[in-house]
Amino acid sequence: MIDAVGNPQSLLVLGGTSEIALAVVRRYTAARKPRVVLAARPSPRRDAAVAELTAAGVPVTAVDFDARDVGSHPTVLDKAFADGGIDVALVAFGVLGDAERAWQDHEAAVELAEVNYTGAVSVGVGLAARLREQGHGVIVALSSVAGERVRRSNFVYGSTKAGMDAFYLGLGEALRPEGVTVTVVRPGFVHTRMTDGLRAAPLSSTADQVAAVVVNAVRDRRELVWAPAPLRLVMSALRHLPRAVFRRLPA
Amino acid sequence: MLVRLSGWGRTAPTVARLVSPRDYQAAANIVKESRERGVIARGLGRSYGDPAQNAGGVVLDMTRFDRIRRIAVDDRLVDVEAGVSLDALMRALLPHGLWPPVLPGTRQVTVGGAIAADVHGKGHHVVGSFGDHVRSLDLLTADGSVRTLTPDGAGSALFWATVGGMGLTGVVLRATLRVVPVETSYFVVDTERVDNLDDLLARQSADDDRYAESVSWFDVTATGPRLGRGVLTRANHATLRDLPRKLRRDPLAFDAPRLLTVPDVLPSGLLNRATGRAFSELWYRKSPTRYGQVQNITRFLHPLDVIGEWNRGYGPRGFLQYQFVVPFAAVDVVRRVVERIASSGHVSALNVLKRFGPGNRAPLSFPMPGWTLCVDLPVRPGLGELCDELDELVLGAGGRHYLAKESRTTADAVRRGYPRFEEWRAVRASVDPDGVFASDMSRRLKL
Repeated sequence: MIDAVGNPQSLLVLGGTSEIALAVVRRYTAARKPRVVLAARPSPRRDAAVAELTAAGVPVTAVDFDARDVGSHPTVLDKAFADGGIDVALVAFGVLGDAERAWQDHEAAVELAEVNYTGAVSVGVGLAARLREQGHGVIVALSSVAGERVRRSNFVYGSTKAGMDAFYLGLGEALRPEGVTVTVVRPGFVHTRMTDGLRAAPLSSTADQVAAVVVNAVRDRRELVWAPAPLRLVMSALRHLPRAVFRRLPA
Repeated sequence: MLVRLSGWGRTAPTVARLVSPRDYQAAANIVKESRERGVIARGLGRSYGDPAQNAGGVVLDMTRFDRIRRIAVDDRLVDVEAGVSLDALMRALLPHGLWPPVLPGTRQVTVGGAIAADVHGKGHHVVGSFGDHVRSLDLLTADGSVRTLTPDGAGSALFWATVGGMGLTGVVLRATLRVVPVETSYFVVDTERVDNLDDLLARQSADDDRYAESVSWFDVTATGPRLGRGVLTRANHATLRDLPRKLRRDPLAFDAPRLLTVPDVLPSGLLNRATGRAFSELWYRKSPTRYGQVQNITRFLHPLDVIGEWNRGYGPRGFLQYQFVVPFAAVDVVRRVVERIASSGHVSALNVLKRFGPGNRAPLSFPMPGWTLCVDLPVRPGLGELCDELDELVLGAGGRHYLAKESRTTADAVRRGYPRFEEWRAVRASVDPDGVFASDMSRRLKL
């Protein structure tokens, strides 16, 4: 159960090596020791995350999860829920890819779409069914401002995030009467492995700053948040710019 | 019907199937047919946290069982169904010159809930808690049968596990309560305005015994030497002779106006440092020292009952009540908690301090000899950490939390605070081995 001040007793991370998600897990495990399930492909990074949490006294299990292998997702979720309910599930997997390759290379484009959109929808449906049974819980979907107004410079990635963002907002409406909250988080530029080497955009943040936004949003049962919060106003303005002006903005 | 339920603090809402059984048989059937996520009874929803909600399971709405079956005036006993509110009970008793001996801070609680939380009132130092006045109760248990339990003899272990058991031993269907005679429905109240916490503690320690009811409000927004300044209100039931001529014509009158109902539109954050300070100042100023004033029930016992749904004033994020008791020897912890809250930036306007008398035989009953302190805190960032800190102070001093208010502590804290927890657990396991009775609280605190 999630308590009055937003402490969950169990966490599931889909994309268990995501830096933002792990920053969220660290915040939740700083004072309390909730049960954590990390679903990710087997990798040294996953092992390191498990080791770090175990050392901190957090009961943690790892489950093999491949976002593209949608057929396996029901089994993955069965394993993730095997030790009892899940209070907070983070949908934190995604790939950025090479933006120019992504719209010209068939395989690259399909990979982005499958991981970021199809995979997200696939686990979303499975999580919804399970949290509905519980009558409570929060699904945190890590979206992106890139999906809010899609730019020429990374429109394939942006389009996948636009799709998953719309799906989770809609899922939140559908699950509202069932006691389940869906929190869509739209970070701007976050300094992580995924953006390493890219030029930081204005209002950039760190994984831990995004994690703070997530923790507050879960406690306050918010359904849509930006990280940092002022991006909400910026994006609102950008959304309404005419295309002719928008395309002239510096990338 | 799927319904979103929360406690009075409006935190952590979850969805359950809410069922209103027509009769005991229907209630028994629901219990027998319960599935994995179980059943819990719910009364008027005045617990602050999550004991009367059950995410994904069934919640039994008990408010239909609202019959007062018999008032035995000469024996001073009343036989009621569990869904009867203390408000309704008091209205029915007063014309007979009778009075429920234990009234908590609101009358809007059911008899079943009052037993399950073993509630206390301002008179605890004299009369004990609610469970002390239950002569017998009918409990619907997990197997679908109904057992009549009494405080002594066979079944007494289950009786005392049910008192304070947060609804987890079964569903209280009916109870026989001992009530007390009164000449009037009024109180003779002594109000003392006190400059600081030490003085407040000292005065209560000195002569609480002279009063049937005693409680104090204190200010956590004033700092420095005025920290914990407060208002001590203590009273005895008024006799006929105490009343002014005007009131003598109808000495058992019951006046409970509902002045306004708070609409569900207020934002969170209305109670902040500025408004908290203003409220506290006002409350302090409006209560000059006065002795022997005659006050009615609402004014003395239940001032908040005149405002309907006052919890909405805290906005959608809700609030929590932090209530604990520590032994008298640990009075220093009371001071440290008040100082810690005052310096935290969190604001509490409704703060109550009281001395408890002896506890009772129920393993999970909250009261024990010592100081109990209660604060209302709106949910804001950092509140969880603050309460975790307070937990350490309280548990370290041999204190514990009141489960009827509890909404955020740990399973471990309950076990530390209630040394007889495992004894209670064993009784619960014997009568409900499969955990049919379950609530969000029982899952959260592994009860």
